[in-house]
Amino acid sequence: MSTAPRTLVSPAALARPRGKAVYWTVFTGTLLLFTLAFLFPVYWMATGAMKSPDEVARTPPTLVPDSWRLDGYTDAWELMDLPVHLGNTVIQAAGAWLLQLVLCTAAAYALSRLRPAFGKVILGGILATLMVPAQALVVPKYLTVADLPLIHTSLLNDPLGIWLPAVANAFNLYLLKRFFDRVPRDVLEAAEIDGAGPLRILWSVVLPMSRPVLGVVSIFALVAVWQDFLWPLMVFSDTDKQPISVALVQLSQNIPLTVLIAAMVIASIPMVVMFLVFQRHIIAGISAGSTKG
Amino acid sequence: MRTAEHRPAPPLPPPPVTAPGPARDRRRRRLAEQTRAYAFLAGGLLCFALFSWYPAIRAVVIAFQTYTPGSPPEWAGTANFTRVLHDPEFAAAWRNTFTFTGLALLIGFAVPFVLALVLNELRHARAFFRVVVYLPVMIPPVVSALLWKWFYDPGTGLANQALRLLHLPTSNWSNGADTALLSLVVVATWATMGGTVLIYLAALQSIPGELYEAAELDGAGLFQRIRHVTIPQTRFVILMLMLLQIIATMQVFTEPFVITGGGPENATVTVLYLIYKYAFLYNDFGGACALSVLLLLLLGLFSAVYLRLTRTDGEDA
Repeated sequence: MSTAPRTLVSPAALARPRGKAVYWTVFTGTLLLFTLAFLFPVYWMATGAMKSPDEVARTPPTLVPDSWRLDGYTDAWELMDLPVHLGNTVIQAAGAWLLQLVLCTAAAYALSRLRPAFGKVILGGILATLMVPAQALVVPKYLTVADLPLIHTSLLNDPLGIWLPAVANAFNLYLLKRFFDRVPRDVLEAAEIDGAGPLRILWSVVLPMSRPVLGVVSIFALVAVWQDFLWPLMVFSDTDKQPISVALVQLSQNIPLTVLIAAMVIASIPMVVMFLVFQRHIIAGISAGSTKG
Repeated sequence: MRTAEHRPAPPLPPPPVTAPGPARDRRRRRLAEQTRAYAFLAGGLLCFALFSWYPAIRAVVIAFQTYTPGSPPEWAGTANFTRVLHDPEFAAAWRNTFTFTGLALLIGFAVPFVLALVLNELRHARAFFRVVVYLPVMIPPVVSALLWKWFYDPGTGLANQALRLLHLPTSNWSNGADTALLSLVVVATWATMGGTVLIYLAALQSIPGELYEAAELDGAGLFQRIRHVTIPQTRFVILMLMLLQIIATMQVFTEPFVITGGGPENATVTVLYLIYKYAFLYNDFGGACALSVLLLLLLGLFSAVYLRLTRTDGEDA
């Protein structure tokens, strides 16, 4: 590309024969390194699940399975109750996503536009939770969920134990509030003069303008629940309520290696597929988030 | 202009002569506005109160109590702290956590930074590299931990198989007391590096090309340009990511829990792991909360620095 911006190495140096040789050497080296470091482990996992139990333990190992067996995958599906655990994960992630989208959006909108009394204090309290690393508070959070104050109900072994704490996500709420802050004032005032109430304005004016930020928040919310381990490990002691991440670890002890590997592949597929589908948005989101915090 | 069915009164109605005092009217309107605002706020506020603010206060309270679920708590003074401090695992856990964080910082800074530097120079397959480097981030952490546990298997694991293929001496990896922690750092770096690389890459792309041209005219070689242009220009992002990484790696749990179970010989017990053990193995919630408070104080300090830095950045942008 001739219009590439100037970087560390000058285009003139790259155009020289020696520069070209160095460039292609570095390019090939990087390509090999990335394939080996990031793709090969994934390949090894996906093919390991297709080997026979003997083949997986063989020295030296086989690069390509002798025969492409699928019984690792079918065994994992049945032996490890994967439909149940995948279903649990989907329910937990979907509920957390939905509740977060509704409650965080409403709260962010109120803080941004409706001027509640003590709004500054509340926002400060929410932002302060960003300073308190979430994992350091899991034990008192667990005790709270196990015995909710006043109503003395336990949310253990209940998806609500994932859903409700997920709403207390200061990062997503702040992201939404910052976005709502930037909605032009005259647009809102015009809607107000037309007689629209706050719910109407939020629904038909603000939200349609907020698609990008809603997308980012949705991805963050889904990924967070799908990838979480410590919290669901504490909340779900019932095996049939456990999400796939917890079940994998609990069942990993007494299951044949090939079956475990197959289950690991299956557990990875949804997030990897989502990434490949939305990769441009996700990568752009991460890159953009960096230059402006 | 859209027409709403219920038009409000025109913006400035002439005040009726016999209106009930405008002050009361305004007060009632404000009350209605506040009710509406709090109706929007209520759900989120309740969740924050229950699952963020209340547990933070409770951690401090329980840290000074003897607490067993089901029976009324009793005040214990500083007994929890002294008990936890005298636990031989306490020193090991902090030592491991600090070593882990230090190693993760070293490897987790150097490797992604160099990769980003190289990627920024490449003119081909750019999208491919970005997707591939981020792929491990999307694999659930539990799966990457289990995957590397298998790779580290001294007999049939990929790591030793590769060493045998190259006729190199094999290692115990995560099963050896002196290699375990480093092995876990490798897993954590592999699994999270993608995000760091992408952020560095974005920072590198924002460096104005003229700076490199000027440096080159001044006779600066490749490494001098990295030292005097690239690093100063990205210093802020580097600092920020380092702080975030410290906060994240000080809370490491999944890798030691899944791969080593804290062993061998407590070589990989981390602070968060110890908190988990106190709560769920020893049923000692007072001790767990005392440990949480200590971790909280330390991490809160790093977080405060981070927020201060991002805040000042936010004001001039």
